[in-house]
Amino acid sequence: MAAIEVLVSTTEPGPTPRRTPRRQGDFVRELRRNVSAYGFLIGALLCFGLFSWYPMVREFIMSFQKQKLGRTQWVGMHNFNQIWNDPSFGQAWRNTLYFTLLALLLGYVVPFFVAIVLNEFRHARAYLRVVVYLPVMLPPVASLVLFQYFYNPEYGLFDHILHAVGLPTLQWLQSPNTSMIAVVIASTWMNMGGATLIYLAALQGIPGELYEAAEIDGAGILRRIWHVTIPQTRLILSMLLMLQIVATMQVFVEPFVLTNGGQGVDNSTTTIVYLVYQYAFNFSNYGAASALGLLLLLVLIVFALIYRWVSRRAEQ
Amino acid sequence: MAVAVDTSTRTLVSRVQLNRPRGRIVYWSVLVLTLVVFTLVFIGPLYMMVTGGLKTTAEAIQSPPTLYPHKITPGTYSTAWTQLNLAKLLTNTLIYAFGALLLQLVFDISAAYAFSKLRPVLGNLVLGAMLATLMIPAMVLIVPQYLTAIDVPILHVNLLNTPWAIWLPSVANAFNIFLLKRFFDSIPQELLDAASIDGAGSIRILWSIVLPMSRPIISVVSIFALVAVWKDFLWPLLAEPSPTKQTLNAGIYSLSQGVPENVLIAASAISAVPTILFFLFFQRNIMAGLTAGSLKG
Repeated sequence: MAAIEVLVSTTEPGPTPRRTPRRQGDFVRELRRNVSAYGFLIGALLCFGLFSWYPMVREFIMSFQKQKLGRTQWVGMHNFNQIWNDPSFGQAWRNTLYFTLLALLLGYVVPFFVAIVLNEFRHARAYLRVVVYLPVMLPPVASLVLFQYFYNPEYGLFDHILHAVGLPTLQWLQSPNTSMIAVVIASTWMNMGGATLIYLAALQGIPGELYEAAEIDGAGILRRIWHVTIPQTRLILSMLLMLQIVATMQVFVEPFVLTNGGQGVDNSTTTIVYLVYQYAFNFSNYGAASALGLLLLLVLIVFALIYRWVSRRAEQ
Repeated sequence: MAVAVDTSTRTLVSRVQLNRPRGRIVYWSVLVLTLVVFTLVFIGPLYMMVTGGLKTTAEAIQSPPTLYPHKITPGTYSTAWTQLNLAKLLTNTLIYAFGALLLQLVFDISAAYAFSKLRPVLGNLVLGAMLATLMIPAMVLIVPQYLTAIDVPILHVNLLNTPWAIWLPSVANAFNIFLLKRFFDSIPQELLDAASIDGAGSIRILWSIVLPMSRPIISVVSIFALVAVWKDFLWPLLAEPSPTKQTLNAGIYSLSQGVPENVLIAASAISAVPTILFFLFFQRNIMAGLTAGSLKG
């Protein structure tokens, strides 16, 4: 959600900076102003220093170090070699990319069309918005415990529904073929409200004249979506795509809670962040955890840079 | 019947088309279908959660599942309340959430005020360094943050199992500072200069002029601060490992293996109720905060 908030705010044009007139030579006054300003900043500076800036540096340093018998040693690329040779490494990347792909298909494309439909309604708008956003507000463990209950192959609701409509029942989380799909469905249910409301706000900004003109030119609904709606929301669409890629590639909570620990059957739901967690908190191998975290960071930073570039263009 | 159609407010499908008999039929059937599907998909699971907590253990794992509790047993909720120690988990979560809110308001507002109005030397550089943290994915830093919380540099104190392990990292929220600073930037400098000439100091100006004018943005920041703590999972799980210090999310997860399905569902329902009420009460602010600025692309 934090990522989505960022998107919203950065698309607004910032106010022009205001320069306070400085009095020449008034050194004491300047000094007092700076001391008082840093007095106001000190709390935030300490927290950022301890929990953002220092961990960033430490993440980088630790990925080239190893703890042995309580002593820290520089080990060069050893940690990277180790994670590279871990059989879970390839599996975790494949799982993460598979999750990202499915999550985008469901969580990125579906909300767009949902928003288009919601935007046409003249009734029950408030209700539909509240309903679609409600799961976003729930504590994730509550939602996931519930989905785990629904996915149960013996007494779960989902297999009961499949059976009732004459479809073959599934093993859901207990089969390596369907476990990631089950994770994606739960994740989409929990998160799609945010994207839907952002699309809805974007759709409301499209000038009606454009649809009118397109209709006069004989464009049907699908062509109007293709030639008016999508081009008009292109920037939002591309920014949300970047943000969702960055967010979904960090997936952790959903597989962790749904499969009681994260691996799933035959490692079918092991993700990169889960692997980081496992190195650090199950094996106390902070070096390998940091190295893997750094790799993930490098991949994600590419998307973050694209996002920044796009949002800069949006501001202009 | 000639109706003046205002084209500026039209959407994908025109009013004229919707008002034709066929258009009306399509409109109402799509609307009803959407209402039914949305209610089933988004409210249905919540209904199953609340009623699941009213079932007996045998009924909760019965196949096929029952659509409503055949034997209403409110006792499941009280079992969940005592067995998972929910009173403790709830109090912990409230303390973490409101403490984080308070610290964020104090430190992030004063930081944003300094960046916006006091403009110290190197202020923009520091602000840039803070905003740069938005680019770093949260999950990547969790290991070094954990090691920092175990052994804080220089002070060498262990923050684990204290509220500070949740409160202090929550202040390092660049997004809050960004939002607040941008709002403060829009407050006219002349107003502050006038107060300054009247002899008001920086704290007085912040308290009596800037804060009262910034209520809308402060409410947005506050709501997101509370929700963030309530929804966070991995950090509280690591930072508050003791069963008596856990949050609702971490506590329910930790105990989920050993309790019957109906009790677990009841506990989940209890943990969800405060957020549902909070959302229904503040939904306007939450949605306005989410879609602020109407995203003119």
